[in-house]
Amino acid sequence: MIGLAKVNRAYLVNLRGRESLRLRSGQVRATKFCKSNSRKGDIMNKKTWSAMWVLCLLALWLFVGCSKKENTNEEQGTSPSSEAKPAATAAPIDPATAATVSGTVKLDGTAPKPGKIDMSQDPACKGTNTPETIVADAGNLANVFVYVKDGLGDRTFDVPKDSTTIDQKGCQYHPHVLGVMTGQNIEIRNDDDTTHNIHPTPKDNREWNESQPPKAAALEKTFAREEVMLPVKCNQHPWMKMYLNVMKSPFFAVTGKDGKYEIKGLPPGDYTLAFVHEKLGEQDQKVTLAAKDSKTLDQSFKQ
Amino acid sequence: MQVTSTSYNRAHHWFAVFVACATLLLIVAGALVTSNDAGLSVPDWPTSFGSLYKIPQLVGGVKFEHTHRMIAQFVGFLTIILALWTWRVDRRRWMQYLGWAALGTVVAQGILGGLTVLFYLPPSISSAHAALAQTFFCIAVCIALFTDRKWVLEVQRTVADHQRPRLFTLTIISIVVLYVQLILGAMFRHHGMGWLPHVLNSVTVLFMLAWTALRARSQYSHVEAIRRPASIMLALLIVQFCLGFLAFTTRVSWGRNAVQPELPMVISTVAHVAVGALLLATTVVLTVQVWRCMPASVVEPVSAIEQKPMVA
Repeated sequence: MIGLAKVNRAYLVNLRGRESLRLRSGQVRATKFCKSNSRKGDIMNKKTWSAMWVLCLLALWLFVGCSKKENTNEEQGTSPSSEAKPAATAAPIDPATAATVSGTVKLDGTAPKPGKIDMSQDPACKGTNTPETIVADAGNLANVFVYVKDGLGDRTFDVPKDSTTIDQKGCQYHPHVLGVMTGQNIEIRNDDDTTHNIHPTPKDNREWNESQPPKAAALEKTFAREEVMLPVKCNQHPWMKMYLNVMKSPFFAVTGKDGKYEIKGLPPGDYTLAFVHEKLGEQDQKVTLAAKDSKTLDQSFKQ
Repeated sequence: MQVTSTSYNRAHHWFAVFVACATLLLIVAGALVTSNDAGLSVPDWPTSFGSLYKIPQLVGGVKFEHTHRMIAQFVGFLTIILALWTWRVDRRRWMQYLGWAALGTVVAQGILGGLTVLFYLPPSISSAHAALAQTFFCIAVCIALFTDRKWVLEVQRTVADHQRPRLFTLTIISIVVLYVQLILGAMFRHHGMGWLPHVLNSVTVLFMLAWTALRARSQYSHVEAIRRPASIMLALLIVQFCLGFLAFTTRVSWGRNAVQPELPMVISTVAHVAVGALLLATTVVLTVQVWRCMPASVVEPVSAIEQKPMVA
């Protein structure tokens, strides 16, 4: 508390505005002033405290409300059975009429000369020194994520009970591009003799960053929301990068070294297929599938 | 200029110089963390992999991040000693406050460093961490300057400044544009914005600092305390501009598709950060010296008990 305050031409107005004390100059014992207004100050304090409590409760209510929503989504993600029931408006998929779409993704132009990864920072890293940014063998483009972007309506799908695996081996992620369903369990293993940290940097999912010592137990993670090309990196080994694709439907594939993909089990209908590459961007194609159709849909990216 | 005197303490001064040098080393270590993309290689804070004292295996990004943390702890420890020492030996009240301000800044800086880890490197917090680092460096340099023999014992002559704008105004504007540049650069480095604002503002920085340094050199050529920082400022400005060009070429142009931070990218950006810190500190020193030479003498507030009319 101020012991002595020097006030020039100051209006000191009490908090209710009934009394005022005008001081032209000189020194005023602030303690005296405070003492004379202590009761009103107390009332104000009570009011302030009350308002603060109300605000705090309101904030807490909002926070809990938002968290509930968040938790609901996370729970949906973590519980494999929660999304199992198909929506009332969508007809169940009849396996007898299911169609297939497949094709090859090509790279137009010459593939850039791959750089070299320098793993000398960590002697325990003994992997291949070739980055997987653009992998094209004889014009066939690998690591393109292909998924049904539009046409499934409001169908919902069972989350696979089987886990999918990300392996850290030779200080690189295997696979480089992975597709999973929302809520599907991902097992992350470290087969290297060094510590890695796994750090997804999502836009729509929760970010996390965990280290994993050599031969440690596998981490088990799920992602609750759809997200395409979610980067995952290791901050200990800056060349280690991969992309995770989280989908609500099981209709997705990743092109192999031969550039080929295949999506099976689609119900007849009109679809938009998206082809996404980490560097070359996204390209869409429309396709109409009749019952038991098996169509070929190729795509090419320009370098 | 009437001041509350203090005696020159050689050990105290050189300790302050040591703290300033250690801080520059800390800035370099911090720049190495960012340049090597190693900011989150140690995922926890204030512990490192769950321990407060164990040194983890210094490989990969951990080498940069944990070394940065260790140097930061060392500088924090040095700053505690500096604040206490200043409080004990320096009779100038404002110097004692400056010592505590340095300690407060280093604590705030540590907390910002921790927050940036806990919140996964948000550009705003990481940039604030970068800007406050250089602020602390300037405070450390100022403490070293104010404890210097020349500052404590010699009487600085005053020189009238009839030109408009006054040199003091120019130095203040220089500090402001440098801070803006520092924040823009930090935001770019921490992925908070593109490179264009930083590059555009560099033209303003070049113009403003060159004007200030050249004016100081011509107008105060006979005052060593001003001429020297002005000359250093000019030299650093040229070096910094070249390093900026090099950093842009290696990181933005040439290294755009690099799979990992490569040595030329790291060296050029770290050097750019370090010379930037030196440039800011030199500009602050020049500002202080110009302020000291201003003819309108500034009477420092002296408490009745401590007031001794001595000339420093």
